[in-house]
Amino acid sequence: MAGVTLDTVRKIYAGNVEAVKGVSLAIDDGSFCVLVGPSGCGKSTLLRMIAGLETISDGSVKIGDRVVNQIEPADRDIAMVFQNYALYPHMTVYDNMAYGLRNRGTPKDEIEKRVKEAARILAIEPFLARKPRQLSGGQRQRVAMGRAIVRKPQVFLFDEPLSNLDAKLRVQMRVEIKRLQKALGVTSIYVTHDQVEAMTLSDKLVVMSGGQIEQVGSPAEVYRRPETRFVATFIGSPPMNILPGTVEGPGRVSVGGQSIAVTDIREGLTPGTAVEVGLRPEDVQAGAAGASSLAMDVDFVEELGATQLFHGKVAGADFVVQASTGQIAADIRKLTLSVDPANVHLFDPQTTKRLGRV
Amino acid sequence: MEKRAHFSGWTLPLLLILPQMAITVIFFYLPASQAIWQSFLREDAFGLASEFVGLENYAALFEQPEYYRAMITTVIFSTLVAFFSLAVALLLATQADKNIRGGHAFKTLLIWPYAVAPAIAGVLWMFMFHPTLGTLGRPLNVMGFNWNPMLDGTDAMILLVLSATWKHVSYNFLFFLAGLQAIPKSVIEAGAIDGAGPVRRFWTIVFPLLSPTTFFLLVVTIVYVFFETFGIIDAVTGGGPAGQTTTLVYKVYADGRSGGDLGLSAAQSVILMVIVIALTAIQFRYVERKVQY
Repeated sequence: MAGVTLDTVRKIYAGNVEAVKGVSLAIDDGSFCVLVGPSGCGKSTLLRMIAGLETISDGSVKIGDRVVNQIEPADRDIAMVFQNYALYPHMTVYDNMAYGLRNRGTPKDEIEKRVKEAARILAIEPFLARKPRQLSGGQRQRVAMGRAIVRKPQVFLFDEPLSNLDAKLRVQMRVEIKRLQKALGVTSIYVTHDQVEAMTLSDKLVVMSGGQIEQVGSPAEVYRRPETRFVATFIGSPPMNILPGTVEGPGRVSVGGQSIAVTDIREGLTPGTAVEVGLRPEDVQAGAAGASSLAMDVDFVEELGATQLFHGKVAGADFVVQASTGQIAADIRKLTLSVDPANVHLFDPQTTKRLGRV
Repeated sequence: MEKRAHFSGWTLPLLLILPQMAITVIFFYLPASQAIWQSFLREDAFGLASEFVGLENYAALFEQPEYYRAMITTVIFSTLVAFFSLAVALLLATQADKNIRGGHAFKTLLIWPYAVAPAIAGVLWMFMFHPTLGTLGRPLNVMGFNWNPMLDGTDAMILLVLSATWKHVSYNFLFFLAGLQAIPKSVIEAGAIDGAGPVRRFWTIVFPLLSPTTFFLLVVTIVYVFFETFGIIDAVTGGGPAGQTTTLVYKVYADGRSGGDLGLSAAQSVILMVIVIALTAIQFRYVERKVQY
């Protein structure tokens, strides 16, 4: 087992395109780290650099105590699960899993033992003699994972492994991956653009954008205290509402003339300073007008079953409120929202960084 | 979406397939049936009269030692050309598939020989390897090799294999390149992570996945060597020296045109026709169903 350490890793493609701009990250041994971000944020490139499928332009990648920059993928002691499974179409499921072991000269009976064991864990024993094309998407995904686990590598790398599956299977496989990782205790790095997958799977969540890390933390930390406006709007569904506002005084901001209290506000902000006020749709409640409330004009309601989404405008900006079904009358046009000061996030409009206490 | 077109009457559909049918009938079925008919006839030396002789032409053919020799020549020739044109094309395609500087120009240049007419390709190689005039043939002799494709059957065969291979590599290259590009990159990457070096990766992953392409090209190349190398043979060796490079197709021409024995020539055409039908049938049966996976 080994941790993974990245030190100012860069990827510069021909034409001076910088896909990864100096990423440093320490992933503890045995932990589950998820890299999440929109497409083109460099997360897959970073993963492929750890795998050895892309050269590292600058910086260093360490697996355990060993710098692997110049080491071939085969010798890095990693296994990777690809988005399109990348199974060998001409080999049976058994051969797919045995291939990596055979290449390393593992004795035949040991190969058989390990493949059988992996097949048992993943419940693919009945398919060992089949070819990948005779399997469903979910089964292929299991074979791809089986191919990774038979090798008993130091690190698992997952490159959006669930994005080709349908929604229901994705949830099921997500749980299985998590369970498997906990059982095997192998350090895992998982790339996804799906923030729900990212939240549910990770011990350590890394939010990336534009080739840089925006924030690193536990899923709860990242959700509760986003460090930038990007993280605030990327993590959480529906995304956080952002309203224009100004600082009124210590602990108070004004949104379109309505004053609300804020707990986490940087000291020493001059009154009148423009700020962006972030409120999660699930963090505001319908309530009476009071010391910390906002008026909302409701346009329409989306039904999600257990909850309803009220779309409308607050202080001229788009605003969404999520409420348990029945809590708010569905035909309401004017809504008063009470805001818990602890749930208000402030961001600098210029730097987009959080304006919280230091 | 429904892809079939629906026609209300018969006139338009018939009109649409008419040109294709006309070409097929005039240029394929008519000459083919004439050849079959001719193979049962014997013409007099002046071409004034002909008589029906049944299978006598075929019987005469199978008594000729030259015919068996042409068969062996054809087998040797096609085996060599098929092997080299496939192997060289595969080697070039694997190189062109890599991200290399100037890869596009490389690919374009490789396709050019296919556009050269067979006879011209033949003349080109004949001049290059001419024992006394050739830019390559003369140095060979100067260096002490006894190179003379005009007198030596083996030399002549080598020259033919070279020119026929050179011309057909382009075609095979194109298909191999397309086949290589159809293999998902991640499968190769998975192989790399699974500890297979480039050579092992090629033989255990790439080559098996290319096998449908390889099989298709093998059949196409054999058909090419059997029939389309006529122009090259005619330009380079004319079947010689002493009939040592006369293939089955060239013998059809030699017996019919030069030898004037139309019946015998027609009988050989019919046999070749049967061979090409068999090859096509094999191709349809196996290639259409995909070979490996």
